[in-house]
Amino acid sequence: MNFNPTMNNLLVSASNLKKHFGDTRAVDDVSLQIKAGEIYGLVGADGAGKTTTMRLLVGALKADAGEAVICGYDINKQTEQARAQFGYLSQRFSLYEDLTVLENIRFFAEARGLKSNEWLPRSLEILEFVGLEKFKDRRTGQLSGGMKQKLGLASALVTKPRVLLLDEPTTGVDPVTRQDFWQLVIKLVSQSKKLTAKNAKSAKPALTEVEVEQQNLSERSALRGSKISEIEEGVAVLISTPYMDEASRCHRVGLMKSGKIIAEDTPSNLRARLNNRVLELRGSPLNVLRHVANKDQDVEDVQAFGDRLHIRVGERKADDVLSRLKSAIRSEGGRVDELRAVSPVLEDVFIALSESNHE
Amino acid sequence: MNTRLLSIVRKEFIQIIRDPRTLVMIVVIPIMQLFLLGYSATNDVRNVPLAVLDRSQSVESRALLNSYRAADYFHIAYAVESEAEIEDLILAGKARAAVIIPPDYAQRLAEGDAQIAFILDGSDPTSASTALAASQLIGQAHASKILLQKFELSGMNLRVQPPVEVRTTVWFNPDLISAHFMIPGVIGMILYAIAAILTATSVVRERERGTIEQLIVTPIRPWELIVGKLTPYVVLGFFNTIEVLAVGHWWFGVPIRGNLGLIILLSGVFLVTGLGIGLLASTIANTQQEAMLTVWMTLLPSIFLSGFFFPLEAMPKVLQWLSYLMPLRYYLVIIRSLLLKGVGLDKIQFDVIAMTLFAIGIMTLAALRFRKRLD
Repeated sequence: MNFNPTMNNLLVSASNLKKHFGDTRAVDDVSLQIKAGEIYGLVGADGAGKTTTMRLLVGALKADAGEAVICGYDINKQTEQARAQFGYLSQRFSLYEDLTVLENIRFFAEARGLKSNEWLPRSLEILEFVGLEKFKDRRTGQLSGGMKQKLGLASALVTKPRVLLLDEPTTGVDPVTRQDFWQLVIKLVSQSKKLTAKNAKSAKPALTEVEVEQQNLSERSALRGSKISEIEEGVAVLISTPYMDEASRCHRVGLMKSGKIIAEDTPSNLRARLNNRVLELRGSPLNVLRHVANKDQDVEDVQAFGDRLHIRVGERKADDVLSRLKSAIRSEGGRVDELRAVSPVLEDVFIALSESNHE
Repeated sequence: MNTRLLSIVRKEFIQIIRDPRTLVMIVVIPIMQLFLLGYSATNDVRNVPLAVLDRSQSVESRALLNSYRAADYFHIAYAVESEAEIEDLILAGKARAAVIIPPDYAQRLAEGDAQIAFILDGSDPTSASTALAASQLIGQAHASKILLQKFELSGMNLRVQPPVEVRTTVWFNPDLISAHFMIPGVIGMILYAIAAILTATSVVRERERGTIEQLIVTPIRPWELIVGKLTPYVVLGFFNTIEVLAVGHWWFGVPIRGNLGLIILLSGVFLVTGLGIGLLASTIANTQQEAMLTVWMTLLPSIFLSGFFFPLEAMPKVLQWLSYLMPLRYYLVIIRSLLLKGVGLDKIQFDVIAMTLFAIGIMTLAALRFRKRLD
């Protein structure tokens, strides 16, 4: 791999990217950096600018301003060198449905420079990795949605890229396949990461709960005898998703809204911003609970989570609200089953940050 | 060999082989066009249905009708009894011409001033003018035959000869068969249309199906993408040329008098024009239908302003000038000259140079407009 050594382990580096379509500023001054061995989640609602950001990073769209550097190659100036460094899975399925699974992998392997004697063993290995080896001769158009996504991942991985860019890979995919898909990504990163740690004694970030999970996973997959262990250096993954549960599996998360990254941190640090500010309320009827909660002067927001309400309160107001909300609800004829402070989830944080960024 | 380039070529071939629509377009449509145009687009006047009103019913009138019957320009389709019937037949399009022989034909022939009436449906001027000439020719030939017989009967042993005789020799296509003129044109049209349509749709299909996004982000260089995409269609274009040439030669009897290698080479140059138009159309169109339409919009003026059907010399000056903008014009001159006249490169220099410049120009423009990006 012709990896530019001056770049240490910063594999993706975008600065001040801008792109507009007509009057819409789809991407508005986005900067982000991803290190080797890191999974970076780009989170946001539809239309927040996640896909456009991805497309700017891979050079499928030309940025109005700013620059994107992948493995030391500028995507606008050294486009094809940069493109040899990453695997990209676009949001819309974009493999050839009239080709078989193996023909697709072969095309993308050779298109990205694998020689004629390299592509076959590598393709079979990667198909086994994603669990599609039995379907290698099937026409891609006849695969299920989940299998197509795994094939997309396999095509992106076949050249062992240093950087993996996945644009909403799990949208529209069933929960079981979503789970499988994430395990594949985590397995990939954690395996390569152990090698990184061995090779270069770089400063290792503190373990998050996600990383503990990853280590367990990698140990399990090692037991299964997977062969994806030859990846020499750490892989950087950029994944975009509208799902908060997926965001919490990333090492770092960037929250996108209206073309901007409005917050960027580890999931636990993001959640910590709302520590002691989220109350969970169960009771009935829900409309009364919501109405009363909204009336309270220290309540900033009320969101329904199934049969419960998440109530966000102002800083250091949790105790005040806890003490008066129950009686307020009862006086309006509502019934309270439970009211307590809970640890915030990413969704609470995302909603809070989205609101505070209203212009 | 360049792996990236080969990978696209292989992929395109697999897709062509698996797409029944493309296969039909490549194999069946050229032959269909060839037979359609080879047989239908003909200026030859043959077997014009003729209605006959013979009021003379004499030996002499039957001799005249035999002269009409003998020439294969006409076939006597109806023997009618009144002029009203003739009108009905011509209005209904069942007869295109009619001969009326008056009751006193035999008598006046003996007196030396017989007349017959020939009525012609002139709504199609091309075939009408040919039929008119044919009818006059038949009448004159018949008249001189009668004159000769008269002299012989009168015992005068004169050698009767017209004072001037025009001796006609038709070169290259002595039987004046339209197919020999049309089929070289069909080769040109097919090369242009098939190459342009297939190229345009193969690029636009990637855009329609979203596969372009994945293709764009591969490290395939833009030139490799263009060359790789076009290579299969170059191969198919040559296949079509040879296919149409073979059927034209062995089925329609079109001669191949020029150098076959030169014919294939120059057809290849023209093919580049078709591929370039297709690539250019693909940079404009977003859907396959739009791509087809764009190609057709360039194809129609090409056909009418290239001398495909109608001779350029007969067109108004403005259209003649416009015809110099049609690459097909040059190819038609080249392919007709090579096939029918068997000329060498020196006789068609101008057209070869003009055609080559167009091929280079259009392909360059297309390659410059072609972007490996979504926007």
